[in-house]
Amino acid sequence: MLDASEGYITEDGRKIGGVVMEMKNITLRFGGVVAIKDISFDIREGEIRAIIGPNGAGKSSMLNVISGFYVPQEGEVWFHGQKRPPMRPYEVARQGIARTFQNIALFEGMSVLDNVMTGRLNYMQAGLFAQAIWRGKAEREETENREAVEKIIDFLEIQHIRKTPVSRLPYGLKKRVELARALAAEPKLLLLDEPMAGMNVEEKEDMSRFILDVNDEFGTTIALIEHDMGVVMDLSDRVVVMDYGKKIGDGTPDEVRNNQEVIDAYLGVAHD
Amino acid sequence: MSDQLIYATEVILNGLMAGVLYALVALGFVLIYKASGIFNYAQGVMALFAAMTLVGIMNGQVPFAHLINAIFGAHITHFGWNVPALLAILMTMAVMVLMAWCVQHFVMRHLVGQEPIILFMATIGLAYFLEGVADLMWGSEIKTLDVGLPQGLNVWIDDTTYGIFGYGFFIDNLDIVATVIAAILVAALVAFSQYTKQGRAMRAVADDHQAALSVGISLSFIWVLVWSVAGFVALVAGIMWGTKSGVQFSLSLIALKALPVLMLGGFTSIPGAIVGGLIIGVGEKLFEFAIGPLVGGATENWFAYVLALIFLVFRPQGLFGEKIIERV
Ligand SMILES: Nc1ncnc2c1ncn2[C@@H]1O[C@H](COP(=O)(O)OP(=O)(O)O)[C@@H](O)[C@H]1O
Ligand SMILES: [Mg+2]
Repeated sequence: MLDASEGYITEDGRKIGGVVMEMKNITLRFGGVVAIKDISFDIREGEIRAIIGPNGAGKSSMLNVISGFYVPQEGEVWFHGQKRPPMRPYEVARQGIARTFQNIALFEGMSVLDNVMTGRLNYMQAGLFAQAIWRGKAEREETENREAVEKIIDFLEIQHIRKTPVSRLPYGLKKRVELARALAAEPKLLLLDEPMAGMNVEEKEDMSRFILDVNDEFGTTIALIEHDMGVVMDLSDRVVVMDYGKKIGDGTPDEVRNNQEVIDAYLGVAHD
Repeated sequence: MSDQLIYATEVILNGLMAGVLYALVALGFVLIYKASGIFNYAQGVMALFAAMTLVGIMNGQVPFAHLINAIFGAHITHFGWNVPALLAILMTMAVMVLMAWCVQHFVMRHLVGQEPIILFMATIGLAYFLEGVADLMWGSEIKTLDVGLPQGLNVWIDDTTYGIFGYGFFIDNLDIVATVIAAILVAALVAFSQYTKQGRAMRAVADDHQAALSVGISLSFIWVLVWSVAGFVALVAGIMWGTKSGVQFSLSLIALKALPVLMLGGFTSIPGAIVGGLIIGVGEKLFEFAIGPLVGGATENWFAYVLALIFLVFRPQGLFGEKIIERV
């Protein structure tokens, strides 16, 4: 079922398309440390793809390779059927790949609204002089961007903190604002690095619901990293399992759950 | 009104206008510091370089004339034309943008992620290099700069105050113009950073590099932009100061006047730079007026630094900075 290049239908009836992102034989080293060892996997259009594994397995490194923050020593990244030349992170972002960070990276000095608005920067066309001279166009553009941002703010239920400086928000809400900023870019591919880490049960449930809704309503392809096996199994269509920089499993949650190597790796860290 | 009060009012007005210029120089520092964490020691030299370039272009001087003549045995110094002030200012701005690009591509780009002290050292190097380039391009002699700004006693203020107080205030026209221009410049900078795409990106970079990258902002583009804006601020400061006291090496020392302003206002706050500049400007004039005669004068040389020191002890984050709480 997974091999069909035109995609598959999930149990809950969502249509998953062809491959949008393919990692081929990625190897990433930091000095002597091999963070990623010869890993290949793909991400299909419309799916929620999870990367799991114990601490230090190389999950964040993999996300950083996809988003251009790290440059692998070996391997190829294919996006929309084309081999991607080495790219800076901002170039990757402009291709429609948005992300959040494991250790939240927000603009602490700005309000929630301004933070989310930065996600729209690439939709602002009017140049410096156009903005000064041709007010009409700039204003129309501003209105459009504002509307898009307000929609996302409503969607993630953060209207009540729109004007609050981000630095005053509790951790759980910061994570949500970061997601909002990523969504504001209307990404084709959304990368989430441990979106639920450090949250309480209720916040985790909210975040899970938002991730599912984003995927469902906007059809956004999502790759997410998660530590918590239970959460991942509920959320994701397919799972890559990493351990010590190697891929030790790849498949549906059920397939992965029954994989002996995965069980061993997880038993080893089950109590950390 | 008593005589003392009238004199003091005049002193305060003059102090405010001096303060505006301090604020302008401090602003150049704040812009770069906010966006890149670099304390740009070269800000003062940039003002000198801008002023020299402006004079050179206006006078139709051949850049690097000495060098060219030495190599080719020629005797050229001037093109034989004069460039109108406004056009020359635009051309100088283009030179400052080119300088910003060179700084980013030949120096700062290679130092990304280095310790702040290394970046600081790089700007010291840049300062001396730029000073050398300025001398080589335009010659090191003192030049006068006249872009047509009004100068000298403002007669209207003199007459009016004489009519009211029986004592005419001495306010220089140049100071008034400088104040107005600086106010416009600050307003324009604020509007730029609040309402334009590039301004928003600039604020984003100032806040968090990683986050800025993740929303598709090119850091090196923004840094060129920021250095260009700082170059523009330096140009404006250079024009004011150069018109007032001639274009010469000491112009680059106005940067030293900006230091106490920064300590007062904080290194990252634009309103801080403005208020800090005004406080120092008024403070030093008023102190000289009131206490100067008692201690033999010349307090303007040190007053700003002492004030800044006192501030450092009691409020190290500056007027507008957030309270610094050590994480333990
Ligand atoms: N920027 C870096 N410099 C050096 N080593 C790094 C860097 N990023 C990650 N590593 C190393 O790569 C390995 C994998 O880290 P990471 O990808 O963060 O794992 P995970 O996200 O699965 O916990 C670790 O050994 C980590 O120390
Ligand atoms: Mg990680």
